[in-house]
Amino acid sequence: MSISVSNISKSYKNVQALKDVSFHVNEGELFGLIGPDGAGKTSLFRILTTLLIADSGKANVAGYDVVDDFKEIRNCVGYMPGKFSLYQDLTVEENLNFFATIFGTSIKENYHLIKDIYVQIEPFKNRRAGKLSGGMKQKLALCCALIHKPKVLFLDEPTTGVDPVSRKEFWDMLKRLQQKGISILVSTPYMDEAALCDRIAFIQNGEILEIDSPQDIVKHFPKKLYNVGADNMYKLIESLKHYEHMHSVFPFGEFVHYTDKRNDFNSIELNEYLTSKGLNQISVEVAQPTIEDTFMALAK
Amino acid sequence: MKLFYVFIKKEFYHIIRDRRSLFILLGMPIIQILLFGFAITNEINNVNIAILDHSKDVTTQNIINKISASSYFSIKQFIERESDIEKVFKKGKIKAVLIFENDFSKKLLKNSHATVQIIADATDPNTANTISNYINAIIQSYTQELNKDVVVSYQIIPISHMVYNPELKSVFMFVPGVMTVILMLVSAMMTSISITREKELGTMEIILVSPLKPIQVIAGKVIPYVFISIINATIIILLSLFIFKMPVQGSLILLGFENVIFIVTALAFGILISTISATQQTAMMISLMGLMLPVIILSGFIFPIESMPLPLQIISNIIPAKWFIIIIKGIMLKGVGITYLWKETLVLIAMSLFFIGLSTKKYKIRLE
Repeated sequence: MSISVSNISKSYKNVQALKDVSFHVNEGELFGLIGPDGAGKTSLFRILTTLLIADSGKANVAGYDVVDDFKEIRNCVGYMPGKFSLYQDLTVEENLNFFATIFGTSIKENYHLIKDIYVQIEPFKNRRAGKLSGGMKQKLALCCALIHKPKVLFLDEPTTGVDPVSRKEFWDMLKRLQQKGISILVSTPYMDEAALCDRIAFIQNGEILEIDSPQDIVKHFPKKLYNVGADNMYKLIESLKHYEHMHSVFPFGEFVHYTDKRNDFNSIELNEYLTSKGLNQISVEVAQPTIEDTFMALAK
Repeated sequence: MKLFYVFIKKEFYHIIRDRRSLFILLGMPIIQILLFGFAITNEINNVNIAILDHSKDVTTQNIINKISASSYFSIKQFIERESDIEKVFKKGKIKAVLIFENDFSKKLLKNSHATVQIIADATDPNTANTISNYINAIIQSYTQELNKDVVVSYQIIPISHMVYNPELKSVFMFVPGVMTVILMLVSAMMTSISITREKELGTMEIILVSPLKPIQVIAGKVIPYVFISIINATIIILLSLFIFKMPVQGSLILLGFENVIFIVTALAFGILISTISATQQTAMMISLMGLMLPVIILSGFIFPIESMPLPLQIISNIIPAKWFIIIIKGIMLKGVGITYLWKETLVLIAMSLFFIGLSTKKYKIRLE
């Protein structure tokens, strides 16, 4: 196992950031931590990268204890903090060179690891890091976190504030790194990125809600989900919210994702209710819950 | 070793690429030394005085001529009545009034003594004191002139000789002090800011999650600034040599060596500050406020330590600046060598080792 976390709790002055968190990441796995801002993701990353000490619980990274063997862990993990944390007044190449050297290696030695990513920012290698675009910055940060060939890679919200094209490229790179045997723990607030992980954990208010593969996690959706459509979206949502058997209502593209309180839900009854509210072109169909639906349902 | 080199190179990039800070780093010492050197002085020059001469005879005229011939005083006004004294003081330009009594010459010949009164404006007590001493001296030398043919049976003549600074230039006292203050402030501020900046920007987070040892990070921060501070010290010494005509009686090499030791002490102190402050602003405030006053007041820069109350005298021993001022005054003015200064030097070395040790120990290997 690359990472194992058991019963980790951490609280700051008044806030409990992590409550009894346990999970593990297998060798060579791409594991996603999915949760909103303030869910405790960064605290968890900092505990695993030996930057913070948990109040209780144990954690191992690459076989080392995060408290007792912190020196070994610092040698063999790559860490990309949520905030851009490279030297803005150094150029791309100088940054990379600096981080390679402090880990006792050189750009040349591990160039094969970063090649795919580095070729994209190489044209700007003499530009100062502070002057790069958001996507470029993240690519450079990934290069710097990778240059010493870490066994485990920690990426704290690597794609926040990055454009969709760069986000996609970034995830392609993660997939390729995974094939090179690097275990990756990545956090993201984006549900579409969750689907690209091997396994994901939903985290909210410092608690793990569910852990499973993206394909199977939707099975934890507690209800039957329906796609409801009509000619007037706004009116449809309002009407559904006032329906007496309503359990949840979320707009989802051109439809509304709806769940009912009852187990013996009857679509004809709903149809009649919506018609009585003056809606036309009503459709009610069973839908496959998405990861986002599942998260919303579990986080409720 | 390569690691060290890269770390130092990186630090130099930070310094050189931040033009504004670089300008402040190297420009501030020049401006300060010029300001302090020219502005702070307790010598008196061309002090305006007024004369109330009740006798207006040969002797008083002679004395007045003597006084006005010295460069210390310029006689601005002759007044006629006692009641005018108050008026001229209130106007503020006149710092002292000299009053000769009636029939000055006659009394001097007949009774063999006559009195002259000096009234000085003591709103500034130091100046008042100096003025009165200087006038006294002038009158005394005139009295001696008068007595030169008379044989006095018993006479004690104190002959004072000012060594190391015969002209009593106050710049000789201020330059070592200013040099100390500038080196201490700039050095401590530079390192404490550069480390807290890494904390603020988040780069410290990555540095921590790396195999770098605390002592490596600290040394990597100190060494580049030793170079910058040496440049500063050289500028200050050159300015004091060529602009303020400070002598360097002792060895320049020893002076350089002691400067490096003091710089390292100050830099190590800066690191200690950075371990207790989270932001650049706090670090700057602590290095400015927390260092400025003790260094200026308790180092013997302006106020003699010997005349402080005992508790302050004891405290002054922990101020590195105190020892450094003794050392540079010794080298520059007295021309003494290491045989006389080894004790002070050892104290500084011990202090810098202590600060480096303490900051390595206090250096946080984790966040929070």
